[in-house]
Amino acid sequence: MKHIIRKLITGTATVALAFSIGIASAAAKTKVGFVYVGPIGDHGWSYAHNEGRLAVEKAFGDKVKTTYVENVSEGPDAERVIQQLAQSGHGIIFTTSFGFMNPTLKVAKRFPKVKFEHATGFKRAENVATYSGRFYEGRHVIGLIAGKMTKTNTIGYIASFPIPEVVRGINAAYLAARSVNPAVKFKIIWVSTWVDPGKEADAAKALIDQGADVLMQHTDSPAAIQTAEKKGVFAFGQASDMVKFGPKAQLTAIVDDWGPYYVSRVKAVMDGTWKSQDTWDGIGPGMVVMAPFSKRIPENVRAMAAKARDAIASGKLHPFTGPINKQDGSPWLKAGETAQDGALAGMNFYVEGVEGSLPK
Amino acid sequence: MIRLEPLKEVSKGLLYVTPAIAVIVTILLGTVMFAVLGKDPVQAISIIFLEPLTNSFAISEMIVKATPLILIGLGLSFGFRAGIWNIGAEGQFTVGALAGGAVALALHEVEGIWVLPLMCLAGILGGMAWAAIPAFLRTRFNTNEILVTLMLTYVAVLLLSVMVHGPLKDPEGLNFPESRLFHESAILPILIEETRVHIGFLVALAAVLVAWVILRHHVFGYQVKVMGQSPRAANYGGFAQQRVVWTCLMISGGLAGLAGLFEAAGPVGQLVPALPVGYGFTAIIVAFLGRLTPVGILLSGFVMALTYIGGEAAQIEMNLPSAVTGVFQGMFLFSLLGIDVLARYRIQVSRPAWAAEK
Amino acid sequence: MDLLVLILQGVIVSATSLVFAAIGELVVERAGVLNLGLEGMMVLGAIAGFAVTLDTGSYVVGIAAAAVTGAIAASLFGFLTQILLSNQVATGLALTIFGLGLSALLGQGYSGESTEPLAKIHIFFLSDIPIVGPLMFSHDPLVYLSLALAVGVAWFLAKTRTGLILRAIGENHDAAHAIGYSVVGVRMAALLFGGACAGVGGAYLSTVQTPLWVENITAGRGWIALAIVVFSAWRPGRALLGAYLFGGVTIVQLHVQGFGIDIEAQYLSMLPYLVTILVLVLISHDKARISLNAPACLAKPFFVSS
Repeated sequence: MKHIIRKLITGTATVALAFSIGIASAAAKTKVGFVYVGPIGDHGWSYAHNEGRLAVEKAFGDKVKTTYVENVSEGPDAERVIQQLAQSGHGIIFTTSFGFMNPTLKVAKRFPKVKFEHATGFKRAENVATYSGRFYEGRHVIGLIAGKMTKTNTIGYIASFPIPEVVRGINAAYLAARSVNPAVKFKIIWVSTWVDPGKEADAAKALIDQGADVLMQHTDSPAAIQTAEKKGVFAFGQASDMVKFGPKAQLTAIVDDWGPYYVSRVKAVMDGTWKSQDTWDGIGPGMVVMAPFSKRIPENVRAMAAKARDAIASGKLHPFTGPINKQDGSPWLKAGETAQDGALAGMNFYVEGVEGSLPK
Repeated sequence: MIRLEPLKEVSKGLLYVTPAIAVIVTILLGTVMFAVLGKDPVQAISIIFLEPLTNSFAISEMIVKATPLILIGLGLSFGFRAGIWNIGAEGQFTVGALAGGAVALALHEVEGIWVLPLMCLAGILGGMAWAAIPAFLRTRFNTNEILVTLMLTYVAVLLLSVMVHGPLKDPEGLNFPESRLFHESAILPILIEETRVHIGFLVALAAVLVAWVILRHHVFGYQVKVMGQSPRAANYGGFAQQRVVWTCLMISGGLAGLAGLFEAAGPVGQLVPALPVGYGFTAIIVAFLGRLTPVGILLSGFVMALTYIGGEAAQIEMNLPSAVTGVFQGMFLFSLLGIDVLARYRIQVSRPAWAAEK
Repeated sequence: MDLLVLILQGVIVSATSLVFAAIGELVVERAGVLNLGLEGMMVLGAIAGFAVTLDTGSYVVGIAAAAVTGAIAASLFGFLTQILLSNQVATGLALTIFGLGLSALLGQGYSGESTEPLAKIHIFFLSDIPIVGPLMFSHDPLVYLSLALAVGVAWFLAKTRTGLILRAIGENHDAAHAIGYSVVGVRMAALLFGGACAGVGGAYLSTVQTPLWVENITAGRGWIALAIVVFSAWRPGRALLGAYLFGGVTIVQLHVQGFGIDIEAQYLSMLPYLVTILVLVLISHDKARISLNAPACLAKPFFVSS
């Protein structure tokens, strides 16, 4: 049933040919491919990955050649783009958005000698590794700062889509903020988009109008920071340091620093030591970096945030440490218990105290 | 003054030559653009327009990409002939994929040769249902279908998002917004091994043939043409304008829905929020580029597919920004529409002084 | 009450880019031309406005550059549809695709840059009156420009001779031509005006609302503006109302979430589109009235028959 007309045209030969050429040239110069979901100018997610690509170029100079493809939709086009990179001799390919998971695996099956690295996914193979950042660690730090900085006890949160990554961020920030300010409340607006500056700005303004004096965002453009600057409230940068867009407003930013990871994985390919693995790194290994704390944060709060950051880095502090109840009051973590990675990876509930219901 | 006079009989020869001239003009304009951007124009043009044609993988991908464009463009061409502007095929595509995909997921692990036909039927009905809204609103309330179909596209994309975040989410997918992978019986058979070319391409070819027969030999083809030329004449002609509106929107909605299902059950193999990637809009260009004729749409579907594949290749090989593809498509359509004047009108120059300046 | 004032302020900011684009398109459609390239002209205006403002440091120059850019894009549309008589729907779509691509290309060096947002005016005493002050006397200058534009266009269409000619051409271009008016000339002028307005509308987004550049910054607002023109039944006052209504629905759905009312976000995001459809149905169901208002020659090609 599957193959109605067998070998109408034999595409196989070309694929094999292209592949062998790829290996030959890989010996001289390692070709590294990157697939981005957005434009590199988004100043958010794809921008940060492209900074990582530039770090690879800087580290290896002439020994590598990097290629990127931007604005690749997570639909039918992804597989073709990944395959084109694989068959044009790229030794390692980073596919940097969740929606590239299944296309990456499909292509990886056809190119067993090419190494693939998929960001934020959970399916691996012999030649497919996965990696992501523990951004919730950064959310913990900004939660502490926000809890201390808010005068109205209202923190505004601009969220994109209810995926585990975003839900985890809300929970981590809320738990941290509540730990230093029991009266704190989160107002959450879901804008159903990753990048639409106009809408993000409208949402930021709505939150400020409703009394929020500190904003957090899980969307990619700097529009919320700009709005905060204009209205004289505080905010945090997302994915990259956005201080330029709000010199007074930005308290700090959670910066995605993919550079060190990309450099080490490319090096592993060069040395022939590359293995499929799952990497989920946080502040400690430097995949998540806190931008400099603003001078507008009182010194004692700055010290507290730095201490928490360092404790997370050294492994002494876990942002999800019990006792924590779920939103409906049912227990999730017992006192002293820390969350398992598996539970965090698929997080689909708010913790107790967060208001509103999560789109199910 | 230059005066344009409509030709009574559209010049058949020119009709086929003008697209070729448009391609040449676009390439010339593109050369200028690449030179301005500081990229080697010859290399860029050859990567975009020639290289994909010399490589069997790229050709197979062109077929994959052209399949939905041809199906949707064909459906739209009926309406465009009749002056019914369905520009929201993207929404009908999305709902078709959603409906057909929901059937696949409901029948998960159910084996049977009837699963795929059932999914196709659901896809067609889904697209039709979405197109029925503007059809109803136009015939009953006289509401402009251009805007309604367009607004419904945004709604459809959000609806898909709600569904893959909720009821259709993969139960083992760690809460990520996508459905499970369709099972074997719900995946379109592959036509050419080692490629993604699926049986949907044969359906598209069949649809081209059927459309050609209808337009040539069926009374409906005649009605559509008359209505496009003069809606009033259509009323005098004794057939109801309303029926033509309904039929055109059902054809375009159904084919767009089927194309959506083909994408979900073909190259993608599951429902994902980013399934709609603009085929519904590109297909409008395809329809015009193909001069609203079935064979023309078949060819123009491939030309548009080529610009996508070539654009990607140019990104990979020359580091050109992805925006180049859109600029190219725009220039292409501009040239075609502009040059079209040669085929449809006779240019009469009555005051050469002004004409010479031009 | 304070919150209501704040919400209304948000609505005005959110709606102003739509007001510019819709009023411009309204004049174009009154002249009998349908330009679906609104989104493309807006996004080109957005990048031109942002880039020039950033490079020159002057908002006036930046906004003027946006208007000129929009007008140039419109002249391309005009050349194709008015001189070469190409299909207006197809040409408009091509302009949108072209504009989105070209703006992304031109904007490559400008992502990651930022300017100060255009300051709001402050009028002594008037701006400080409670409620009335913040609502009426403390916006940025472009908000007032958009209102003046709506009033000016209303006056132009209703009271001036040129406005009358423009409407006559939209109603019956053959008759207007027979009397001796230049159909193509008037339509080109209307298109240039519409393009300039769309350019300024786009620039409002990229220099005032969010002073930055990202690809596709208009995110479909051009299409909304087109819907607003139909909603308005081609009357400037109603277009203004339509833009504020759409802005209102957008802002209110965000506030509803902020108050923690339990409706899924995606359904709320659908709301502005559904409301637009509903309103379109309401205003167009009276067949006699809509055909009374709609320019009879809208989107019909005009050629001189001998």
